[in-house]
Amino acid sequence: MKGSCVEDRRRPGEDAESGAEPADPSSWVYRFLGPAESMIAGVVIRLCGYSAILFVFAILFFVLREAAPILFGKMDLVEFLSSPNWRPSSDVRPQYGILALLVGTLAVTGLAMALAVPLGLGAAVYISEFCPGKVRETLKIVIELLAAIPSVVWGFISYMLLAPLIVDLTGAPVGVNLLNGGAVLALMSVPIIVSVGEDALKAVPDSYREAALSLGASRWEVVYRVLFPAAKNGLLAAVLLGVGRAIGETMAVLMATGHAVQIPRSLLDPICTLTATIAAELGETVYGGPHYRMLFVIGLVLFAITFLVNLVADIVVKGIRNEQRA
Amino acid sequence: MVNIAQAWAERYHAENRDVSVQVLGGGSGVGIASLTDGNCDMANSSRDINEAEALAIRQKRGKEPVEHIVGVDALAVYVHPDNPIESISLEELAGIYGEGGAITRWSHLGVRHQSHGRDVIVRLGRQNSSGTYTYFREAVLGKNRDFKLGSVDRSGSKDLVDLVSRTPLAIGYSGMGYAVPGVKMLEVSVPRGERGVAPTVANARNRSYPLTRALQIYTAGELSGPAADFLQWIVSPEGQQIVVELGYVPMRELK
Repeated sequence: MKGSCVEDRRRPGEDAESGAEPADPSSWVYRFLGPAESMIAGVVIRLCGYSAILFVFAILFFVLREAAPILFGKMDLVEFLSSPNWRPSSDVRPQYGILALLVGTLAVTGLAMALAVPLGLGAAVYISEFCPGKVRETLKIVIELLAAIPSVVWGFISYMLLAPLIVDLTGAPVGVNLLNGGAVLALMSVPIIVSVGEDALKAVPDSYREAALSLGASRWEVVYRVLFPAAKNGLLAAVLLGVGRAIGETMAVLMATGHAVQIPRSLLDPICTLTATIAAELGETVYGGPHYRMLFVIGLVLFAITFLVNLVADIVVKGIRNEQRA
Repeated sequence: MVNIAQAWAERYHAENRDVSVQVLGGGSGVGIASLTDGNCDMANSSRDINEAEALAIRQKRGKEPVEHIVGVDALAVYVHPDNPIESISLEELAGIYGEGGAITRWSHLGVRHQSHGRDVIVRLGRQNSSGTYTYFREAVLGKNRDFKLGSVDRSGSKDLVDLVSRTPLAIGYSGMGYAVPGVKMLEVSVPRGERGVAPTVANARNRSYPLTRALQIYTAGELSGPAADFLQWIVSPEGQQIVVELGYVPMRELK
């Protein structure tokens, strides 16, 4: 049960080289099938792996195809990125500025992470290090259950329960706002941060803990000085998976944030996100019109943001790995 | 107007078992787009077809779009029942919703209405691809003015009215058929200070209520066969009875 999800991960290049060799005789495939069958199984499994690449490119191609006529046409890139005016169906002058939507997405994701990271990592530390066996199993099941709640149910909770609570506690003019969106996204990201974070902490060998304890470290010092540095790759992966969950979420934020095109000046302002804009507007736009195409350009922006988050994660994790090797 | 189309389809199917009518929602734009693509026979719309859409139908279907008026809708202005305001003018609505409009507090309208010590107006609207959004903009702001950004936009009329019922400082617009017990409809006057007209069936039919619009069904060319019978039935007293039941206004007086 001590398999680490992060440390043991192979680079893609290493996989490709080992593929040509005959299958490892100790593998389960070899034991159950013969060498020929195991070759077929190997090919099938490899195809499954490559299909992920195919799907990503197919999606990118589709989104790009719908966006291209305006992206390489009469789109005003400066207005697109710097104007807070999202007025696609104006009769006076349609404006396609996504600044307010971009700020809304970043604000709600940032707020969600500010709430979810301490809570999630705290819970991961408790479950991994301080929790008696029976409680641990119960907690893990409950957290997995939390992760399985569909996002539209979270949206419902935000609208029916959180919104009136926020109005009562803060006196906000309207209960669907940045705070509500941040809170519900935090609740949605916590289970991911907890389960990945807990795996990462569990992957640290017990000899580290024993060595630290034998040197007279307190249990907190073990966590803070030994486990956190040793598991930082895995913990970072946990946080970034949480960020990814929050940025991409659509249904719950549409219901929770109020969907108001404005740059928020307080936690109690309603906001609008990139994902929610696509979800709310795409169904009723004129097919092939400029508004329709701009929504696909927003899709590309989301694609780019996700790519950037993953790239940063990769670079950071690699940097840490090299540092450890040196 | 998806609720009304649904009711027509169900009642018509109950009476004519061999005919089934499939209703899909999504808004006026979606309906006209599927008519253009040939995916449906009739497109319900609560706004006039625009020129680009009409052109697309001519090009793709090779037929002229035909408009059939099947009812009247009055957009009501909704507020929370705790709000003491009873009447509002189009000019005031433009000050609340219009770009550059200066009305942001209930006190600016001379209304004493607070919740948790605040009196900002929480303005609710519809998403910018909805027919209701376009119609309200035209009726209140005219052709040459945009909405003020930052309104809380809902994806359905029912959602909007529901949020008004939960938000004491809110104001919002939707068809008068969506009224529920937890909200209040305002009287609307054209010039400020004049007596407002209540959104009632009678006032909508005689067009004295300012925010009145036609409910339309678009077809590509004239229909024939079962679809034509269905359209005939919709404008018959039976079909129009459903319009009344759902809080809209029928095209003519029903006996």
